[in-house]
Amino acid sequence: MKCRRCKAPAVMDIRRHNASFCATCFLHHCTEQVRRTIDDFKMIAPGERVLVAVSGGKDSLALWDLLLDMGYEADGLYLGLGIGEYSDESGRMTRAYADKRGAKLIEVDLRDDYGFDIPSGSKAARRVPCSACGLSKRSLFNKAALDGGYDVVATGHNLDDEAAVLFGNVLRWSTDYLGRQLPVLPGEHGFPRKVKPLVRLGEREMAAFCVLKGIDYIVEECPMAAGNKHIGYKEALNAIEETSPGTKHAFYFGFVDRTHARFAAEAVPQGGDLGRCDRCGAPTTAEVCAFCRLVERAAAP
Amino acid sequence: MKVLLRNPRRELDVPGPLRVNALLAQLDLNRESVLVIKGDTLVTGDAMLADDDSVEVRPVISGGAA
Repeated sequence: MKCRRCKAPAVMDIRRHNASFCATCFLHHCTEQVRRTIDDFKMIAPGERVLVAVSGGKDSLALWDLLLDMGYEADGLYLGLGIGEYSDESGRMTRAYADKRGAKLIEVDLRDDYGFDIPSGSKAARRVPCSACGLSKRSLFNKAALDGGYDVVATGHNLDDEAAVLFGNVLRWSTDYLGRQLPVLPGEHGFPRKVKPLVRLGEREMAAFCVLKGIDYIVEECPMAAGNKHIGYKEALNAIEETSPGTKHAFYFGFVDRTHARFAAEAVPQGGDLGRCDRCGAPTTAEVCAFCRLVERAAAP
Repeated sequence: MKVLLRNPRRELDVPGPLRVNALLAQLDLNRESVLVIKGDTLVTGDAMLADDDSVEVRPVISGGAA
């Protein structure tokens, strides 16, 4: 195969674009897709400070790399989850990347700072690990962004992530979630704006980006996520994509461009009708926010 | 050829020559879900793999996005 742009030997094929690229042109393609996404959805204004949620995985490190190369003031936030060797390794990868780029990395450790980790916390709170993890991440990313005066939180959700979440929400007709599933969530009620600049790129492309840029990322799957519903949805969508390239893109962007508005009225805004958490002051619909309740249960003897 | 697979990490011997897409079909792997790295270079689906190549088949699906 030859590169679509320069006709050099290709290293990466993208079947949904019916295109192949050499290394240089593939990296250019990724940058252009992210630039277009940021512009189209008005994700980041000039001069705004960005906090990138980094996990040591391919998507978040690629996102951080792209934003830094594009000239954004982008600092990283790493959350130590306490998931054994997996967390140790992902922390090492993240720190190594930050050192290599001379980028600022903020670290929060669940065990040191809040007295629990995901394995023990999820058990104590009777939540599945991915639920306790997601709740902790959302809460602590919001807090770190507000404490640090960041305008935007950027996450490495890619096309495959968003298509899989959409698939799950459609299967259950979770209209409140469908109403707020967009590549950008406006800042409101004391929450920072949330953006997903990788939604035009698939996870195969993000892994290729890291390989070609020499970014070491954790290839192993999170042991607590293995076999979860979300991965099952991705496998189902990939089985369809194999015979019908472009289906994931058409599914997700068909929703964003043509269908989302029908569910907008049912969207639960970030935080709903908000008061402040009695414990931490975060915006919440209850007296005590869900994260503080998780901390309380996880710390109970 | 030596084929390194991940999650769990293991190594297989597969006779070559073989195209990348044929290797993935033989391993019953969806090409949307993996990258193939020959030596230290990414290769496309039509690339030919020789009997003495070392190849990594790297899964790209990550999960847990709550």
